[in-house]
Amino acid sequence: MDDNTEPLLVIDDLAVEFRTDEGVVKAVDGAAFTIDRGEIVGVVGESGSGKSVTAMSILGLVKSGRRVRGAIRFRGRDLGTLPAKELRSIRGAEIAMIFQDPMTALNPVVTIGRQIVEALRLHDKRLSKAAARDRAIELLALVGMPDAAARFKQFPHEFSGGMRQRAMIAMAIANGPSLLIADEPTTALDVTIQAQVLDLLKVAQQETQAATLLITHDLGVVAELADRVVVMYAGRVVEQGDVTTVFTAPRHPYTVGLLESLPRLDRDVDELHPIPGSPPSLLAPPPGCPFHPRCPLARDRCRTERPELRVVGNGTAVHRTACHFAEELAAVPTEVTR
Amino acid sequence: MTVETAAAERLEHLGEEVLRVEDLTMHFPIRGGVFRRPVGAVRAVDGVSFAIDQGETLSLVGESGCGKSTTGRMVVRLLEPTSGRILYRGHDLATMSEDELRPWRSKTQIVFQDPYASLSPRMTVHDIVAEPLRVQGRYRRGGADRVSELLDLVGLQPEHANRYAHEFSGGQRQRIGIARALALDPELLVLDEPVSALDVSIQAQVVNQLRELQQRLGLAYLFISHDLSIVRHVSHRIAVMYLGVIVETGSRDEIFTAPTHPYTQALLSSVPVPDPRLRGARERITLKGDVPNPANPPSGCRFRTRCWKAEAKCAEEVPALEDRLGTGHPSACHFPELLPVLPTSGAAS
Ligand SMILES: Nc1ncnc2c1ncn2[C@@H]1O[C@H](COP(=O)(O)OP(=O)(O)OP(=O)(O)O)[C@@H](O)[C@H]1O
Ligand code: SF4
Ligand SMILES: [Mg+2]
Repeated sequence: MDDNTEPLLVIDDLAVEFRTDEGVVKAVDGAAFTIDRGEIVGVVGESGSGKSVTAMSILGLVKSGRRVRGAIRFRGRDLGTLPAKELRSIRGAEIAMIFQDPMTALNPVVTIGRQIVEALRLHDKRLSKAAARDRAIELLALVGMPDAAARFKQFPHEFSGGMRQRAMIAMAIANGPSLLIADEPTTALDVTIQAQVLDLLKVAQQETQAATLLITHDLGVVAELADRVVVMYAGRVVEQGDVTTVFTAPRHPYTVGLLESLPRLDRDVDELHPIPGSPPSLLAPPPGCPFHPRCPLARDRCRTERPELRVVGNGTAVHRTACHFAEELAAVPTEVTR
Repeated sequence: MTVETAAAERLEHLGEEVLRVEDLTMHFPIRGGVFRRPVGAVRAVDGVSFAIDQGETLSLVGESGCGKSTTGRMVVRLLEPTSGRILYRGHDLATMSEDELRPWRSKTQIVFQDPYASLSPRMTVHDIVAEPLRVQGRYRRGGADRVSELLDLVGLQPEHANRYAHEFSGGQRQRIGIARALALDPELLVLDEPVSALDVSIQAQVVNQLRELQQRLGLAYLFISHDLSIVRHVSHRIAVMYLGVIVETGSRDEIFTAPTHPYTQALLSSVPVPDPRLRGARERITLKGDVPNPANPPSGCRFRTRCWKAEAKCAEEVPALEDRLGTGHPSACHFPELLPVLPTSGAAS
C-alpha cells in the first residue's frame, strides 16, 4: 500500500519539547525534510542541535519528550497516530535503527545468534528455527564477521567494539528494512575500524536498497556517504540540499561557519575561522533567526523575523536554506568553495 | 614575574631541546589468582623515544590503546615509567623521587580531554586557576593579579573569575583548564586530546588559542590526538604510534605527503574527508581485523597481523625505526614504500 506520490519518509514541521526543572527545552522546533526510497540522507549539526531527538521521534522512541507540532509520514501513514501495536511491527522490520553504542540494541545475556534469530522470527512467524539460524549465519557473514558460525554462539561481551557494531548492523538489516536510521554509527570507533564499518554500511545499503538516515557530527562521513545533507541548528533545519552543492556552495552562514572551522586532512589551512560564541540555550532560544547572535550577516530583521526554509540557487537541485540574506553568501568566495 | 617576561626568556631559547625521552616503557602488571600475583603485563608503552624543542609541537597520533596518553602521563610524571629516561633539559625525571621532582613539576603541565571531569565543580574559576600558585606558595605575592592576567591570556572575561566551572560551555571550560596549566609558567604543555570533546566550531576557537599562546609564549607542546586533521593543522613534527611503539616519525609534511609505513598510510587513507568531490577519487586502504591485545603483542612487527604486506621476516624480526628509503625520516617497517595516499592539495578545484 505504498503511496507513491510521496517520498518514503516525510518529516513535516516537527516540534518536540522536554519539560525540565529549568523550564521547557525546545529540542526540535520545526524540523522538516524528506527521504526518498533508497537514498542516503546525512543529518549534521552540533551537539544538542536536535539530530537524535528528530530521529528517535520517527519511531516514537522519545521517552519523556512531547511532540507539540508536526507530522511524520512513512509511506503515507502518519506514524504519530498509529496504534502502538502497529508501530511496534514497523520497528525492526520496515524501519530499523543502528546506534552509536551497540549495547543499547544488544541484549548482554543472549547470544548474538539467538538475538538475530528472534528478530527474524518476530517479523516472520512462518520462518522455521533452522531456516532462521541459517539466515542469521548468512547475515553475520555478510557483515564481514570471520567465522560466522562460531560467532553465532557468542555473547556480545566476547566481541570487540567494531564486531559488535557489525552484529548490530546484521540485526538491523535482518528483515530487509526500507528505512535504516543510523545515529552516529561510527563515532565511538577508531578510524581504521570506522573505515570498515562505513564500507559495511555501504554494502548493507546496497544489499537492502534501504533508504538511510545517517546522523553524524562528522562532515567527512557525510561527504563520503550521503546523497543529500540536512544541516540542523538549535532544533531547526537551516539548510538542505545535495551533498556536493551544500559542501561547495553553502547558502547558510552556519554551514559556511561549520566548514570554515574544520581543519583539513587533505590540505594545509593557514588559519581556522571559528564561529564566535556558542550555541544558544534551548530553554530560551533567541527570537527571529536562532543563529543571529553568532552570525556575521545578522541585522535587525534577523532578530525579529524567523527565516523559513526556502529554495535557493539555480533550482537544478532542490537546495533550501533558512536565511534572510542567503543571496549575499553567493557573492562571497569562501575558503571552502575555493 | 609576569607571563610576558617569562615568555621573553623562552623566546630567546626557541629551537633548543626541552625534552628528550629515551626508550620509555610502561608495563602495567596484570594480577590474577587468589593472591593477586602479577601473571603478566600490559605493555602499554614499549620503548618510545622522541625529543621536543622550545616553541615546537610534537604530536603523538594513533588509535585508542596505542599508548599515547600513557606516554603523556609519564612525561609529566603522573605515572612512573617502568624503564627509560625522561630528560628535561638534561635532568632525568624518570627516576626522581617526589621531593626531587617538586622544582620540575611546574615546568611541564598537562591539559586533559574532558573539561567537565577535570575541573572541580565546587571551586570558582579564580580558585581553580590560583590553585597551582597556592600549592607552590606563590599566590600571596601578586597571585590575584596573575590569575586575572591568565584569564585574559586565554580570552576569558574578568567577571568570569567568580563563577563556577559548571556555568561555562565546553570550550570555555577548556580555556579555564589551559589558564590553570599556564599558572606556573611551564615550558612544556602535554595536551591530551584537548579539543576532542568539543564541537567543531568551538574546537577551532580552542585550537587557534593554543597556536596563539605558543607563538606568544614560546611554549613546547606534546599534542596527543587521534584526530589526524587537527594534527595536520597544529604540528611541526609527528610520531605515529601503534601498540606501544612509534612506527613512523617525521615532520608534518613528511608524514602527510610522504608516509612510508603501511600503518600510517592506512590511517591517512581511512579518514573521511569533507569534500564530496573527492569521493571515489581516493584509494582507501581498509585494514582487516582489530588491534591485538597489548598484553600479548605479535612477535616481530606488531602491525603484521593487520598488514597487507607482511612476510615471514615480519614475524621473526622487530623492524627498527630507521630511514631505509632515504626520505629523511624513519619508519619501522621491513618493507617501507613511499605511498602518498592523500589527494594533493587543491586537486579537486
Ligand atoms: N530526555 C531529555 N530531557 C531533557 N532534554 C533532552 C532530553 N533528550 C534530549 N534533550 C535535549 O534536546 C536537545 C536536542 O538533543 P539531541 O540529543 O537531539 O541532540 P543531538 O543533535 O543528537 O546532539 P549530539 O550531537 O550531542 O548527539 C538538547 O538540548 C538536549 O539536551
Ligand atoms: S537570517 Fe540573518 S542571522 Fe540568520 S543566518 Fe541569515 S543573516 Fe544570519
Ligand atoms: Mg545525538
